[in-house]
Amino acid sequence: MFELLNISPQVLMGQLLLGLINGSFYAVLSLGLAVIFGLLNIINFSHGAQYMMGAFVAWMLLTYVGIGYWPSLILAPLIVGAVGIVLERLALSRLYHLDHLYGLLLTFGVALIMQGLFRNYYGISGQPYNIPDALSGGQNLGFMFLPNYRAWVVVASIVVCFGTWFMIERTRLGAYLRAATENPVLVGAFGINVPRMIMLTYGFGVALAGFAGVLAAPIYSVNPNMGADLIIVVFAVVVIGGMGSILGAIVTGYGLGLIEGLTRVFYPEASSVVIFVIMAIVLMIKPEGLFGRTS
Amino acid sequence: MADTKPKTVGMPMLHKVIFAVMLALLCVLPFVIYPVFAMKVMCFALFAAAFNLLLGFGGLLSFGHAAYFGGASYVAAHAAKVWGLTPELAILTGTLAAAVLGFLIGSLAIRRQGIYFAMVTLAFAQMVYFFALQAEFTGGEDGIQGVPRGDFLGLISLQDNTALYFFVLAVTFGGILMLYRIVHSPFGQVLKAIRENEPRAISLGYQVNRYKLMVFTLSAAFAGLAGATKSQVFQLASLTDVHWSMSGEVVLMTLLGGMGTIFGPLVGAAVIVSLQNYLATFGAWVTIIQGVIFVLGVLLFRKGIVGVIAGWLRRPL
Amino acid sequence: MIRKLAMGATALTMLGTIPAMAQDTIDVKLGVLNDRSGVYADLSGEGSVVATRMAVEDFDAAAHGLNVEIISADHQNKPDIGSNIARQWYDVDGVNAIIDVPTSSVALAVAAITAEMGGVMLNSGAGSTELTRGQCQPTTVDWTYDTAALANGTGGAMTTEGGKKWFFLTADYAFGHSLEENTAAVVEANGGEVVGTVRHPFPATDFSSFLLQAQGSGADVIGLANAGGDTVNAIKQASEFGITQAGQSLAALLMFVTDVHALGAETAQGLNLTEAFYWDQNDKTREWSARFEETFGSKPTMVHAGAYSATMHYLRAVAETKTTEGPKVVAAMKAAEFDDPLFGKGYVRADGRVIHDMYLFEVKAPGDSKGEWDLYNQKATISGEDAFLPMIDECDFTKNAG
Repeated sequence: MFELLNISPQVLMGQLLLGLINGSFYAVLSLGLAVIFGLLNIINFSHGAQYMMGAFVAWMLLTYVGIGYWPSLILAPLIVGAVGIVLERLALSRLYHLDHLYGLLLTFGVALIMQGLFRNYYGISGQPYNIPDALSGGQNLGFMFLPNYRAWVVVASIVVCFGTWFMIERTRLGAYLRAATENPVLVGAFGINVPRMIMLTYGFGVALAGFAGVLAAPIYSVNPNMGADLIIVVFAVVVIGGMGSILGAIVTGYGLGLIEGLTRVFYPEASSVVIFVIMAIVLMIKPEGLFGRTS
Repeated sequence: MADTKPKTVGMPMLHKVIFAVMLALLCVLPFVIYPVFAMKVMCFALFAAAFNLLLGFGGLLSFGHAAYFGGASYVAAHAAKVWGLTPELAILTGTLAAAVLGFLIGSLAIRRQGIYFAMVTLAFAQMVYFFALQAEFTGGEDGIQGVPRGDFLGLISLQDNTALYFFVLAVTFGGILMLYRIVHSPFGQVLKAIRENEPRAISLGYQVNRYKLMVFTLSAAFAGLAGATKSQVFQLASLTDVHWSMSGEVVLMTLLGGMGTIFGPLVGAAVIVSLQNYLATFGAWVTIIQGVIFVLGVLLFRKGIVGVIAGWLRRPL
Repeated sequence: MIRKLAMGATALTMLGTIPAMAQDTIDVKLGVLNDRSGVYADLSGEGSVVATRMAVEDFDAAAHGLNVEIISADHQNKPDIGSNIARQWYDVDGVNAIIDVPTSSVALAVAAITAEMGGVMLNSGAGSTELTRGQCQPTTVDWTYDTAALANGTGGAMTTEGGKKWFFLTADYAFGHSLEENTAAVVEANGGEVVGTVRHPFPATDFSSFLLQAQGSGADVIGLANAGGDTVNAIKQASEFGITQAGQSLAALLMFVTDVHALGAETAQGLNLTEAFYWDQNDKTREWSARFEETFGSKPTMVHAGAYSATMHYLRAVAETKTTEGPKVVAAMKAAEFDDPLFGKGYVRADGRVIHDMYLFEVKAPGDSKGEWDLYNQKATISGEDAFLPMIDECDFTKNAG
């Protein structure tokens, strides 16, 4: 179990880098979840299904329309976001005045439906999606071989995460959003269309999941179950970071990617459970999460 | 303190009638539908009722009840198969194990509230799942197979489906009546008071956390009773019962039937288990239909089936 | 119900055409129980029902005095659901044999119930050796493959070819462990060594960390002791990280043609794997697979082929013994050797293990592949006696009964 001494610094570097790459996915996904929770108070349990849908939309665009990876990176999130907006208008908007529980259950049901439908039409084995030519190959870093695509994943996720954080915490639009969560009536009285803002926010959060899905398509198998188990892990990331904290979700996403990466070296069997152990510990010691605001 | 507690009221006539009719129907049932299926429904009805004790009457949403249900089913299966205990002792052992587990996890979880409480229970349930996957005696993903059905009290053989059916009926119906008793006891009244207004209950001098821990442990124990019984019916214990989706399923059953009602979880469990059983031929549509039920239930029938009926009758059910 | 009536109606018309058989028609009910919505839905699922139906048609059941009905259900890979359906099928619906049953936990439960109820279990989908060893049952016929045969095929061939140092990437559950153990034994028996093992959680999506550990170990061969989506992801990422280009080879220890199809020849090329059947082996397999594809829409897996051949052999035994009593039918199945269009010559051993040849395949390079399903080159044939584990005495039912 403790082969600590057998591990050279080079290998450790490699593993940390891989952890960071995985953390990139956690960060983008948990960011979307945190945006939705922070601003809408909805626990979006269909986030994993929407991530899967992003990957599938990219695959469909390529297979049926011939649209490649780069346009898909913009188009697929837009499509997934639009589907999310329809969901928000038809269903979620009726639940804002109720307990969290109902939003969670509704989106859980939606996730079951989406996964079931994709499974019916595309089977379970998954669909191939190739790495775009511009990013194939890789760099030899000395301590490891880093595929170009993985490097791109880190860059893309950092850009998106920082952009989102900046927009919500540092711009006027973000200020309106945050104000609307605190007091929708008052913000509405200032002439701002609050329901529309909330609708677009949900669409944006969902689009982030779709974006992560497109990023994942070339390296993970595009199949209907790809987001099914991921959702509770990402959810745990959000809880550890502090529910609704944008910065918390981002930092925790990368951090847990690293911790999980290290677990994979020292005690690989436990790498899927380590996040829950951390969550239990954090909740016991600091219930509002690492970056949560105390209420 | 004893004097300040509300008086325990006897079981209302309506409930007596429903229980009696239910028991009568259940006695005829094995001759109408397949007994093993009926036993499965009863096990899940007890599981949902146990969960409802915590959610509906204690106001605590656990997202990790699979741990007690599945944990007990492993312990009971192991007890019957390896230690050679008789069915009732095996079930008792499983229930006890679930109660202990519930007490340990509960004592940590009750310090948190709302969604955080749910996440703590989920976290521990994931650890239990991990343990079940890793431990030697659970047989990994093969599970514990071929658990003998054994002899009740070492005397009456439960090989026969009908004999086993009445044994399971006695256990689950007894369990449900006990839950009813708990809900309508002074203890249950205090729980309701805590659920409605925790600060007020504290100011009235109740040690809220002690009550919460107690209800959590009881709920875990009854969930364990259900799981342990299920392992004797199906003669196996497997990872399905400890997986987090099982925790989700019991929430679904309780909500569909009507949370906080006496009969709701029973109805919800019956509906969901029947759906899974009779829709099995439709393949992937099972999950889609379940999803649709979730969505429609949340949008249209938030009180659940029994909750809606109770609204019509204007009586608590 | 409607289906039942329709079936009855066809049976009646058939009786009309063959009046001689009318008196002693035997009703046979086959239940195909498998995963129709989860991870094994593509490699078993509806395809196994199609294959079973083809067997009934090809056998010309009516002419042999059999009135065969097929029902099917989804066990959702949950043992309790599977065993509930199995019990109900035997108890209420009068099913005589249960076919396919992927997922070991479900298969073991169904095998036990089958023995208790006097039915027949024709396993094609599940790979656990336990079915014919520790938890063997006199009414189980395990047709297609088991983990030991896969280990022998891939492990043996690759070690003798020079892949002496192995590193295992093992899914951390009983199936993965037994696959790893079986293969490690074969590797060592052939003069190879195991230089390392990493057990990954099941299911996992990211394998880069484990692959990097495998790369650092200096092994010749990375053995993938996992299945389905895990194997697909591991292979995809191995190609991304340039593992195979750097000279290490990958051995997929359980992989179906549907998985290779999902990966595409581009990513999977050069991969070694063992299967019991491939559609493009000879004229007979091609002819059958073409008919299968016509109804089902894609090429059959070895699990589908196994459901077909097992049903064939079963129906032959029923027609011969003129009974559907499980133990008698299985005894007849064990007594008669078969020469099957899909599996060739073989026999059912006393413990229920079906002995037939296994094949080592290599995935073609994209340039050599002439169609989306043209995926394998056959590298070697492993005779049934070499591929499967020897029988253990406890499971020799002929000896135990006598």
